Amino acid sequence: MISPQVPLLEVKNLNVSFGHHHVVQNVSFTLTPGSCLALVGESGSGKSVTARSLIGLAGKHSKVSAQTLAFKGTDLLSLNQRTWRNLRGKDLGFILQDALTSLDPLRKIGREIDDALRIHTQLSPTTRAERVIELLMSVGLDDPEVRAGQLSGELSGGMRQRALIASAIALEPGLIIADEPTTALDATIAAQVLDLLGALRQQGSGMLLISHDLAAVSRVADDIAVMHNGRILESGSAEQVLGNPQHPYTQRLLAAVPAGKPRHTRLSVQPLIKVPGLEPTPQVAVAPDEPRYPVLTAHNLSKSFKMPNGASFTAVHKASFELLPGKTLSVIGESGSGKTTTARMVLGLLKPDTGAVTLFGSPWSKLSEAQRRPRRPQLGAIYQDPLSSFDPRFNVGQLLADALSFGATRSSRKHLTRIKELLNLVGLESGFITRNPATLSGGQRQRLAIARALAPNPRVLICDEPVSALDVSIQAQVLDLLDDLQRQLGLSYVFITHDLSVARHMSDDVVVMRRGALVESGPTEEVFTAPAHPYTRALLAAAPEVLRS
Amino acid sequence: MSSHLQQLTPGDPVLSPHAARSTGSGTGVWKHRLKLVFPVLVLGFFTLAAIAPSWLAPFDPLAINPADSFSPPGPGHLLGTDESGRDIYSRIIYGARPSLLIGAAATAIGVGLALILGTLAGFGGRWLDAGVGRILEVLFALPGLLLALVFIALAGPGVGTTIIAVGLTTAPGYARLIRGQLLTLRHSPMVEAATVLGRSRAKILTTHLLPNALTPIAVLGTLGLGQAVVWAASLSFLGLGAPPPAPEWGAMLSAGRTYLSLAWWMTFFPGLAIVLVAAAATVLSRVLNQGEKS
Repeated sequence: MISPQVPLLEVKNLNVSFGHHHVVQNVSFTLTPGSCLALVGESGSGKSVTARSLIGLAGKHSKVSAQTLAFKGTDLLSLNQRTWRNLRGKDLGFILQDALTSLDPLRKIGREIDDALRIHTQLSPTTRAERVIELLMSVGLDDPEVRAGQLSGELSGGMRQRALIASAIALEPGLIIADEPTTALDATIAAQVLDLLGALRQQGSGMLLISHDLAAVSRVADDIAVMHNGRILESGSAEQVLGNPQHPYTQRLLAAVPAGKPRHTRLSVQPLIKVPGLEPTPQVAVAPDEPRYPVLTAHNLSKSFKMPNGASFTAVHKASFELLPGKTLSVIGESGSGKTTTARMVLGLLKPDTGAVTLFGSPWSKLSEAQRRPRRPQLGAIYQDPLSSFDPRFNVGQLLADALSFGATRSSRKHLTRIKELLNLVGLESGFITRNPATLSGGQRQRLAIARALAPNPRVLICDEPVSALDVSIQAQVLDLLDDLQRQLGLSYVFITHDLSVARHMSDDVVVMRRGALVESGPTEEVFTAPAHPYTRALLAAAPEVLRS
Repeated sequence: MSSHLQQLTPGDPVLSPHAARSTGSGTGVWKHRLKLVFPVLVLGFFTLAAIAPSWLAPFDPLAINPADSFSPPGPGHLLGTDESGRDIYSRIIYGARPSLLIGAAATAIGVGLALILGTLAGFGGRWLDAGVGRILEVLFALPGLLLALVFIALAGPGVGTTIIAVGLTTAPGYARLIRGQLLTLRHSPMVEAATVLGRSRAKILTTHLLPNALTPIAVLGTLGLGQAVVWAASLSFLGLGAPPPAPEWGAMLSAGRTYLSLAWWMTFFPGLAIVLVAAAATVLSRVLNQGEKS
C-alpha cells in the first residue's frame, strides 16, 4: 500500500483563461492515492476545464498556469505532446460524460479497449484479448465475449459507459478523472456505475470526479470541493461539506436539492418578482369539502409501435391513472419505460390502441382532432427542451402573442398587457419581449415555455421532464415557480420525470412505470416510504440517501 | 475554438453566445460583409442595366454601322463591335434585361412549382407523397437541359417558352428539398407544441412549416438564379430563345462563334457577363448560407 502522505496529484493556484476570460482562478487541491475528490459545480463553474487542464487538453486557445501542477511529482506543465501521450491512458485515465461520442462508432468495443494495451504495453495479442475480456467482466458487463465484438451503437447507455470505464482502467492508471460519468444514465444504472467507480478507488487508484450533482457524488466521494465562477468556494470531507456547509453558495446548492424536502417547501432562495395587481385572478378553487372529480383520467391505455423489422413493440401496456384538481401526479420511469408515449396519448397527439383518456369527465382521446381543437386550451404542455418547441423565427413577444391570440397574430403590441402579465407571472422582466429565445439561458427558456403554456388559461399542464436539463439551482427555481403557479391558479399537473427526488418533492400521487407497464401507484409518501413492487424498491435504493436533514 | 469553448462550459455567462457576439466576432461580421462586395457590385450593375439600359449604354444596341464592323476593343467602342458594327458593350448592357429576366422568372416558376409539389409530398399524406415522389424521380432521371429542349420542341421557341422550360427543369430539385424540410419539421417539437396549443394543420403549415422550410430555399434559389441565367443563355445559344439580332447574351455568343478567329471579343465579353452573373449569384448564396448558419 502506498503511503497516503505522498500526494498523487497536487494542484496549487491553477489558472486557466481563454483570451480575456478567466475561467479557472487559483484552484488548489491535492489528491492522495485511494481517495476520491469530487469537484462539484454548476455549468460554467470551470470544473470541466479544470479536469481537462490536468490532462493537457484544456484547448488550443487556453492559457494554463499554476504554481504547482504535479502528478506523482512530475511537473505536468513542462510536458510536451509526446510525453503527454505516454502519461495519458497509462497513468491518467479519463472518462467522459457521453460514451457514445467518445467511442468510435465504427470500431468494436474490444478493439477500443485493446488500443491502450497495444500502444502502451508489449503484451502479445492473445494476452491482450484475454485482458480485454477480463476488463469487460470487471466493469460488470455480462457476456463480455459478445460485448467485445459489438459496436458502441449496439450497446445501451449504461453498457457504453461501462465499456468506456473499462478502456480507461485498462492500464490500471494511478489517477482516474471522470467528467460527469453518470449524467446521461438512468438512476439505477448511474448508481451501479458510481459503485463501480468506488470499487476502483478501493484498489488504490486516486479518483477525481467532476459532477454537477452533489447528491450523486456523495455516494463515492471522500472529499468534495465546490466550484463556482472558476473558484473553489469550499472544500472538505464529504460529511463536512454536505452536513455542515460553511459557504452560502454551498448552502444554497444543498437547499436546492429536492431530495428529502417535503412538498411545497421552497427550494430556491430568491422569491419571484411579483408586481401587485398584475397577478391573474385565481380561477375558481375547488372547495375542500366538495366531492373531487378527477380532471383527467386514463383508463387502460395501451400503445404499440411497428419496429422497422416488422415486429411489434409495446410502448405502453394498460396504464390507468387519474389526476385530481389542483394536484400533481408524477409519472416516474427510466428511459424507455413509456412515460413520454403516455404523455403523448394524454395530450391527444397519439391515438391509444386500447383504452381512453377523459378530460373533465368527457371523452378526449376518442375525439377527432377537429373536435378536440376547441377544447385544447384546457390542456397545456411543457417539455424538456423548450427551445426546440419554439418557432426559431419568433421572438419572445411574438411567441406569446401567437399563443394568446390562438394563432391569429404575432404582433406583440395587441396583447402587450397580457404578455407582460404572463412574463411577470413566470418571473421574467418585460424587457425580454424583443429577445430571441435562443439568447436566453436554460432556466429563462423554461420560464418562457411555461408562460406560453399558460397563455390559453389551461387547467391542466403536462410537464415532460421540465427540469431534467437544468442545473440544480435553476431546477429549484423552476420547481418553485411551478408550485407557486399551481397554488395561485389552481392548476393540476401531470409531471413526467426520471428523477425520484423531484417526483417526491413535487407530487401528491405517483405512478411508477417500467417497460410500458404501471408497476405501482398511490399517494407519494406511501409509495416512497413503503414501496410494494421490487422495481420501486430498486429505484429507491439507487437514489442518493444522504442530504436528508 | 468556439465549439470547444461551448463544449466545455455551456451556459457560462462569460462565454454565452450572446456575450461572444458582442465582443469576439466583431471582425467576423466585417469579414462576412466583405464577401458581399463582389456579388453586390456585379448583380447591382447588371440589375441597373436591366432596369435602365439607356443610362449605361453609349450606343443603340441595334444600330448598324458597317464602316465600324469588327473594331477591336478600344477607346471608340469599349468592348469592340460585331460584324454589323453594333457596339458590344451596349448590346451586353441591353442584353442584361432578357438574360436576368429569364433567370429570375424561371427560378420563380421553379420555386413556385416546387412549393406546390413539395408541400403535397411533404404534408399531403403517404399516397400523395408516393405519387409526387414518382413524378419527381422521372423528372430527375432526364438531364435537365434535355427536358427543357423537349418542352421547347413541343411548345415552340421564344422567350416565354424558355422561361417555362428552365423553370420546369429546376423545379424537381427545389421540390425535393422542400419535401425533406417539411418531413423533418413535421415531427419537430415545435409542431407538437403548436398542436397542443390548438392550431389546425393548415395553420401550422402556413405559420410554422413553410416559412421555416423556405429559408434554405432562399439560399438555393439564389444559387439557382445563376444556373438559370446560364441555361437561358445555352438555349438562346442553340437558337431556341430570343431570336437574333435581339441583344441576348446566349444569342450574342452564338453569333460571335462564326467569327471566333477574327473577332474574339464578340464571344468573350458576352461569355464573361454570363460567368460574372453566375459567379456572383453563387457567392451571394454562399454568404447567405453562412449567415443563416451563424
